[in-house]
Amino acid sequence: MQKKMAYSFPDEVLEQVFSFIQSDKDRNAVSLVCKSWDEIERWCRRKVFIGNCYAVSPRMVIRRFPEVRSIKLKGKPHFADFNLVPDGWGGYVLPWIAEMAGAYPWLEEIRLKRMVVTDESLELIAKSFKNFKVLVLFSCEGFSTDGLAAIAASCKNLRELDLRESEVDDLSGHWLAHFPETCTSLVSLNISCLRSDEVSFSALERLVGRCPNLRSLRLNRAVTLDKIANILRRAPQLVDFGTGYYAAELQPDVFSNLAGAFSSCKELKSLSGFWDVVPAYLPALYSICPRLTSLNLSYATIQSPDLIKLVSHCPRLQRLLVLDYVEDSGLEELASSCKDLQELRVFPSDPFGAEPNVSLTEQGLVAVSLGCPKLRSVLYFCRRMSNAALVTIAQNRPNLTRFRLCIIEPKTPDYLTLEPLDVGFGAIVEHCKDLRRLSLSGLLTDHVFEYIGTYGKKLEMLSVAFAGDSDLGLHHVLSGCESLRKLEIRDCPFGDKALLANAAKLETMRSLWMSSCAVSFGACKLLGQKMPKLNVEVIDETEPPDSRPESCPVDKLYIYRSVAGPRFDMPPFVWTMDEAVRILH
Amino acid sequence: MSSENGKRLLETDAGGLNFEATELTLGLPGEPRVTSDGGAKLGSKRGFSETVDLKLGDNNQEVKLGHSLQEAAKSPVSKTQVVGWPPVRGFARRGKKSCKYVKVAVDGAPYLRKVDLEIYNSYQQLLTSLEDMFSCFTIRNYLNEKKIDQVNGIEYMPTYEDKDGDWMLVGDVPWQMFVESCKRLRLMKSSEAVGLGLKTAPKYSSTN
Repeated sequence: MQKKMAYSFPDEVLEQVFSFIQSDKDRNAVSLVCKSWDEIERWCRRKVFIGNCYAVSPRMVIRRFPEVRSIKLKGKPHFADFNLVPDGWGGYVLPWIAEMAGAYPWLEEIRLKRMVVTDESLELIAKSFKNFKVLVLFSCEGFSTDGLAAIAASCKNLRELDLRESEVDDLSGHWLAHFPETCTSLVSLNISCLRSDEVSFSALERLVGRCPNLRSLRLNRAVTLDKIANILRRAPQLVDFGTGYYAAELQPDVFSNLAGAFSSCKELKSLSGFWDVVPAYLPALYSICPRLTSLNLSYATIQSPDLIKLVSHCPRLQRLLVLDYVEDSGLEELASSCKDLQELRVFPSDPFGAEPNVSLTEQGLVAVSLGCPKLRSVLYFCRRMSNAALVTIAQNRPNLTRFRLCIIEPKTPDYLTLEPLDVGFGAIVEHCKDLRRLSLSGLLTDHVFEYIGTYGKKLEMLSVAFAGDSDLGLHHVLSGCESLRKLEIRDCPFGDKALLANAAKLETMRSLWMSSCAVSFGACKLLGQKMPKLNVEVIDETEPPDSRPESCPVDKLYIYRSVAGPRFDMPPFVWTMDEAVRILH
Repeated sequence: MSSENGKRLLETDAGGLNFEATELTLGLPGEPRVTSDGGAKLGSKRGFSETVDLKLGDNNQEVKLGHSLQEAAKSPVSKTQVVGWPPVRGFARRGKKSCKYVKVAVDGAPYLRKVDLEIYNSYQQLLTSLEDMFSCFTIRNYLNEKKIDQVNGIEYMPTYEDKDGDWMLVGDVPWQMFVESCKRLRLMKSSEAVGLGLKTAPKYSSTN
């Protein structure tokens, strides 16, 4: 008699088990176990994240994962935020939408970052996906309120419409009226980026009033202070609210109305907006401040005393975004009041001014690092720094995971010793063993990169500007940082040697950006030739790179790994180093 | 500094790029490693320090320190603006009441850029910034008739479209008035600009 052994569970059981596995990394691991697991897994993968839209083609994604419900795509490199990537570079979402329209009729969620989205794309989304629920356009551009009107009109079960920091051609405020009266499903609406002064306020009010599940609402500047109370009263269940204009002549009845409206929002934990704040209206918030965990005052042009008053009412604050008007004194207050603080971002009020306009120095950051034991994430713009301060910060806060420091004047040395800041940043990477993201600034030699290569083992993203002496610096990073995924460099004397010596490393990373460095056209061609799994793209707005000698440095270079091969939607000022394509171009 | 080093090294290669000789191999997967210790990383590191004449010793540090002391001694009077620095998000201008983004087109260039007129205080600053952005072009500084450094010998006249839809020469009106009325900028080839009925004499001095 033969006994048959069951070697594996039935497919349905495995599928059920896999449905509990949500993270991409784990899913990828599951699919590597064996062919049958790979097969089962790919049919039940519902969420796909594509960190670089050119790393893979829509068809490849669809072929492997036929039943996707949620997709997240990123387009342009990060430095596009600072005008370093010329308009027309790429990152178009239309080809993706066009393919998915046919392949994923049940697609529910699209999340895009730094992509070019046209009204045509939006209209295609509106008519292709019957069960569409979530549209997040983060730092996108290329579309107008006409496209939004199509989404509003057609998506019967829309839950999220989030346009955060996108550039929208604001043709008319009436697009909001395109949400049908039957639409009651909204959970999140973020229109804070819309810049026109008109918004169909009555349509907005009615929409807010009929969506009982609305949790997050971020208004734009067009909504004036007196209207805020009306909105809040219709949505007392809000958890996250972005005000519009927060300025008006102080009128007692408007104030008390506003204060009353805020106090009726018992779930409110997060606030943002605050364009043109009038300090006199800030106390209207006091009733909800004790519950606030997140406060974005980065548009609020109010001075330190008013900021201190507000912050001192928020003991539960975990996240604060603020302008440098907060000054060292404000940050000291923050350090003593907000012991739950996890994330701090301080932005410059006058980034292009030659002289400091506020009293914000390294002292403020040191104070917060000392007083806030849970601090993990820092973005700090200031005008002076010292190695001593950085070492103190590193020793106080070894739990930092993100540290982005921008000393406004390039190559600024330690203001006390006039030495480079190598030792200070070295302390950061040495002590903060879980550091995943780092941005450098100030005067830095190759030494800092030696520290980073030695200690930055968990570092995933590194931003470098005006730093280093030679290729050795870049070599330290590429050879030492095992977890590196994204590297962006500008105005550093890094050339061919380090890049070519570490070519294989580039295939383990998502992307490398280098602009105003010393990489030659010849090296780019060689890299493109030898590394077929890399797309090596040269950006030059002045003239074709091969009209100059090969030893000439290229202006901008963007290298990313890809299984899709070179792209064909490049504008005239982008050259691919893929030999076959280059010859045809 | 290092770019010169890089250039020198490339030039000493006999004919094309002969990187194999300098041990900076690209090490395709599957190819046998050259070094005996089996670590390509180590091998390339060794090759790297052998071929690159770097001295990160005290000598260079002193030089650097001296240099930075000199830099610190100078107090910057005017700030020359570097593109994309400091890294603040373009349109999300914080701390400012408003921002005035206008598109800039350059005759002959297939792309547009955008500038925020609010961040400049004078025509001089604007033109300097445009020069940086479109560094290949000579922009005719109409204010004081001086040509800014020529690169390829083609002159461009900065013009703008005002609220009424007319094309005007940049520099004709007081700066603030210009900021308010400018809808977009166009760097027109000088030869073309002559044909337009533009005002010839700016009423405006170069001090602002």
